[in-house]
Amino acid sequence: MLTPGKGLQEQVSTWMVWGSAILLALSVLGLLGDLLWHGWAQLSWSFLIAPPQNAGREGGIGPMLVSTSLIVGLCMAVALPIGLGTAIFLAEYTQKDHRFGRLIRGSLDVLAGVPSIVFGLFGNALFCQALGLGFSILSGGLTLACMVLPIVIRTTEESFRAIASEQRLAAAALGCSTTTTISAILLPAALPGLLVGTILGLGRAMAETAALIFTSGYVDRMPESLLDSGRALSIHIYDLAMNVAGGNPNAYATALVLVGLLLLINLFASWIAEQWTTLHQLPNS
Amino acid sequence: MISSSNNILSHFHSDRFLLWSLRFLALIAGSLLVLIVLFLLHESLPAFQHIGLRSFFADEGWYPSEELYLLTPMLWGTIWATLGSIMLAAPLGISSAVCIQYYAPPFLAKPYRRLVELLAGIPSVVFGLWGLVVLVPLIARWQPPGPSLLAGILVLSVMILPTITLVTLASLAHIPASSIHSATALGLGRWAIIQRVILPTAKAGIFTGIFLGVARALGETMAILMVCGNVVQAPSTLFDPIRTLTANIALEMAYALGNHRSTLFVSGLFLMVMVVVFVIMAEGLRHREAHADTR
Repeated sequence: MLTPGKGLQEQVSTWMVWGSAILLALSVLGLLGDLLWHGWAQLSWSFLIAPPQNAGREGGIGPMLVSTSLIVGLCMAVALPIGLGTAIFLAEYTQKDHRFGRLIRGSLDVLAGVPSIVFGLFGNALFCQALGLGFSILSGGLTLACMVLPIVIRTTEESFRAIASEQRLAAAALGCSTTTTISAILLPAALPGLLVGTILGLGRAMAETAALIFTSGYVDRMPESLLDSGRALSIHIYDLAMNVAGGNPNAYATALVLVGLLLLINLFASWIAEQWTTLHQLPNS
Repeated sequence: MISSSNNILSHFHSDRFLLWSLRFLALIAGSLLVLIVLFLLHESLPAFQHIGLRSFFADEGWYPSEELYLLTPMLWGTIWATLGSIMLAAPLGISSAVCIQYYAPPFLAKPYRRLVELLAGIPSVVFGLWGLVVLVPLIARWQPPGPSLLAGILVLSVMILPTITLVTLASLAHIPASSIHSATALGLGRWAIIQRVILPTAKAGIFTGIFLGVARALGETMAILMVCGNVVQAPSTLFDPIRTLTANIALEMAYALGNHRSTLFVSGLFLMVMVVVFVIMAEGLRHREAHADTR
């Protein structure tokens, strides 16, 4: 912290800095408070498991919770192996100036910035139409997998790079093959990072709406297979708020559930990250 | 880093297999971007062939049923909403980061930072809901009709604030303590140090944050779809309803066929190009800053 100076300019600037910080805090708290205020009354156990009635004005969000878990689960089941493999390749086989590695890293950086609606267009063209999967949980999950891949890879690669090189040298001195080194030594050490990456990707996938509107669709029945259309929580909020008159109370309750789930996920991720850093600081201290 | 690609020491068959499967997975991940661009191009090809690039900027309006595909009103909607939100969010975000780093006592700074991180994780559809139920009626009472460019700008700025704040904060944390100490030793006041030493040093990081914020604002769909009214027109005041490129895609993709559908892919392509330009600029700045650190 710096010592405050004197003079009018100093005072005005201090007011401005505090003012913007307070404005930002107020908007966050206002938003969360509004969510709690409007949503809390509708929330109950039966809201979580009941099917929606009367276009969602009454009833609950049971099928949406199931659809959301299926979509997100599928997304992670596809994104994790590809992400882990790519991260290991980037961290263990390529130096910073390696051409193939740099190409992949650059392409992933750009991929991370592609708007979600463009992922939606792409998913609709590739999965729904070219591969003939139609509006289905499968299409939605695969589209989201493309979207979260950069997040999973970046976090996992960093955790592999953070492992001390002595571990690799020691493994090599023992005559371990690269495969053994990776699976028995590096992977366990990088596991927390992989977990954090997975959780962050999960959060991003759960929050997503635009990429799902025309890939996994609107149908609010309980999905019977992965080829059924399923409505995610986020789309349920959108539909209730925009297309259903009188749907706002349940839209708020659904939003509260979604934000609550995301909050839990994020808390879990930061808890793991904290545990991990304290664990890694031990040998040095 | 275990080995280079042609390591003569490695004589295990399993290693070969592993390397090739890892390469294969990396290739999938790396080629996704190319695949997306190819699919967008492929789907927008009919529009380029049958309608032509000129029509998107010269037709009489956006009437897909009459084969009229003017994209400029939506383009203006996107540009104004992005510009407005960045003008609002950039000063607020930078000030908030400065506040966390140099003004707030630690017991406030840490929870405040958590709050900003929390804001970054809130889904865009929830921002949209909040804007629709809280902001739009407020604006309607002041200047009807309510759903407007202004509502879009306000919601968007709240959404990109955490991006700008967190990226700026990261670059403030990298400023060497020595330059701040020397400025203090010269007897400069807090604001003078921030204005003359800290902000110029963190310039690259701040602009990275702004560019990433622009990219996020350009591509945002749900929130803006819910609060902007979605009337196809170039806005003349802040209180006019607008429709952005993203909202247009989300609204019409469900039933669009033929040339109409293809035109929506064209607007997706435009969007992608704009966003990618800003992302690449942001990454370029970040790399330059990283290199400057090691020197």
